[in-house]
Amino acid sequence: MTSTPVDPTRIGADGRFGRFGGRFSPEALVAALDEVGAAWAAAKEDPAFQTELRDLLTDYTGRPSPLTDARNFAAECGGARILLKREDLNHTGSHKINNVLGQALLTRRMGKTRVIAETGAGQHGVATATACALMGLECVIYMGEEDTRRQALNVARMELLGARVVPVTIGSRTLKDAVNEAFRDWVANVDSTHYLFGTAAGPHPFPGLVRDLHFIIGEEARAQTLERVGRLPDAVAACVGGGSNAIGAFSAFIPDESVRLYGFEAGGDGVDSGRHAASITGGSPGVFQGMRTFVLQDEYGQTVPSHSISAGLDYPAVGPEHAWLAETGRATYTPITDAAAMEAFRLLCRTEGIIPAIESAHALAGARLIGAELGPDAVILVSLSGRGDKDVDTAAAYFGLTGAPQEQE
Amino acid sequence: MSTLVTKLDQAAGEGRAALIGYLPAGFPDVDSSIEVIRAMVAGGCDIVEVGLPYSDPAMDGPTIQRAADMALDAGTTPADVMRVVAATAQTGAAALVMSYYNPIDRYGVRRFADDLAAAGGAGIITPDLLPEEAGEWIEASDAAGLDRIFLVAPSSTDERLALTTRASRGFVYAASLMGVTGARTEVAATAEKLVTRTRAHTADSGLRVCVGLGISNGAQAAEVAGYADGVIVGAGFCQRVLDAPDLETGLGAVRAFAEELAQGVRSARG
Repeated sequence: MTSTPVDPTRIGADGRFGRFGGRFSPEALVAALDEVGAAWAAAKEDPAFQTELRDLLTDYTGRPSPLTDARNFAAECGGARILLKREDLNHTGSHKINNVLGQALLTRRMGKTRVIAETGAGQHGVATATACALMGLECVIYMGEEDTRRQALNVARMELLGARVVPVTIGSRTLKDAVNEAFRDWVANVDSTHYLFGTAAGPHPFPGLVRDLHFIIGEEARAQTLERVGRLPDAVAACVGGGSNAIGAFSAFIPDESVRLYGFEAGGDGVDSGRHAASITGGSPGVFQGMRTFVLQDEYGQTVPSHSISAGLDYPAVGPEHAWLAETGRATYTPITDAAAMEAFRLLCRTEGIIPAIESAHALAGARLIGAELGPDAVILVSLSGRGDKDVDTAAAYFGLTGAPQEQE
Repeated sequence: MSTLVTKLDQAAGEGRAALIGYLPAGFPDVDSSIEVIRAMVAGGCDIVEVGLPYSDPAMDGPTIQRAADMALDAGTTPADVMRVVAATAQTGAAALVMSYYNPIDRYGVRRFADDLAAAGGAGIITPDLLPEEAGEWIEASDAAGLDRIFLVAPSSTDERLALTTRASRGFVYAASLMGVTGARTEVAATAEKLVTRTRAHTADSGLRVCVGLGISNGAQAAEVAGYADGVIVGAGFCQRVLDAPDLETGLGAVRAFAEELAQGVRSARG
């Protein structure tokens, strides 16, 4: 086992990831952001808090999540050994619950009684509503009106769990606008309310806080791989929207120089088409929603709407630690088109009997590229960040299946 | 001395607070926004904040969001903003830009500052830029001789009030309440307290403290003018343009509203 020269959970402790990150937020929120940062710094060192979180992750979420040897799918990946980190088997069906349980405990620790959150596909909203139900917190979820229509099932799930879902009807009516609206709520209700940010992005301390809470993905997978294979993987692959599952999968491996890190962005119709959500590959450095990072923007600095078949990756920026990992070359980021993601989605269903989230299918498509490059001796760890139940309608329509929903609007 | 400070001095000399109006450049289109600003100045605005419309205005409520969206739909660019600033400066009012940071960052901070100064602008209000992230803007504003207006809020600690007032020049913008822009029925009780707390840090520099957020009529302007050096009104002007059936009617309503506010800032102190 290689030594660890840096503690990856200390990277960005001051909110800086090289020239990325920082805090570009209204003065009114500074006190609240500082409060969250201080609460997390204390909770991180508090054994009672960590025990409570660990118990929830074990007994409620079902961690550790399994590592599945995808022997049949491996044949579609140049014969490389493919190990799936099964975040899809967590309670609520994705990695999102890791972050949410930690921040919900933090909300209680700060003495706040109300939680707000943004959601795109609805996975973070469902996870947040779940944690709030468990801990008796009032919960309001902001969701772009366009997304409430695309993800009606998840809206119902959130409502069943007692959350109020507020459709956002301004701007492009998608995830970025839900984030704006959540910030507007937060600034007006900051005394009672915690903004339970859903990805490793936004103003300091959120990128580091959310990364820390997902660190367990890579930490577990690293130990599981060592035990199963007897060595570290050659590569780790994850999809990247805001980048929370990817940073969680990567982080424990950052000190392991032999392990290549690959992030797969949503390439939509192709980066050249202009219709994509690949912020690193197809964007440029800027300031967006509280952070300096890669942003999809026009020549005037106006945000360009993103496009992806996957609502969870449909975001025009990326967490600042990814921007830094890309710039330093520690991780490699590659766009995956909708078509390539859907092909990998179909293959995993057929070869392994696992329906992945379309988000995660981008990582699977990426594993096919890496496998072809690295060959049959390679071991590739893939973050299977979520399950695909929520995507059945989209997939059925895409493949023209008989169960496809009829256009009703 | 900047035209901004001259205007603030002038108002102080008359024993009153200055009236500061806000309008996004390009709302409802570029030429019309110049006409609206002329009506604001004709009605009594001493200082005009020309907004640079942005796709993600996270500090703005629905009225200004709608106005900014219309300006963007009309194709408003930073070059248009400079043109509106130049036209504003020609009215005799002091012209500021109010902008989220990314459009300035994208334009090039130094270049934006130079072009703004060349257009006759006096400074920039930066609602999502904290002094600790503002190194480049502080240098550029020093070089271009522009004022830089940072914000303080009811939640600001004394330490941050000290930091922010030190970094500001021209005036410091005191956000009257915890919330986004938009008309409110009452001035928040937090406003006066914040001004008092802020003044504890401006005694030496003489930095002016102006108050914005939620002020929507003459009586509220009078109330705020009782303790602030300037009264900032934005959504009320946008709303009158939005409500008007045509531009001509809107211009009349805007001018009348400015007159009401100007009356307010003059009736505050005996």
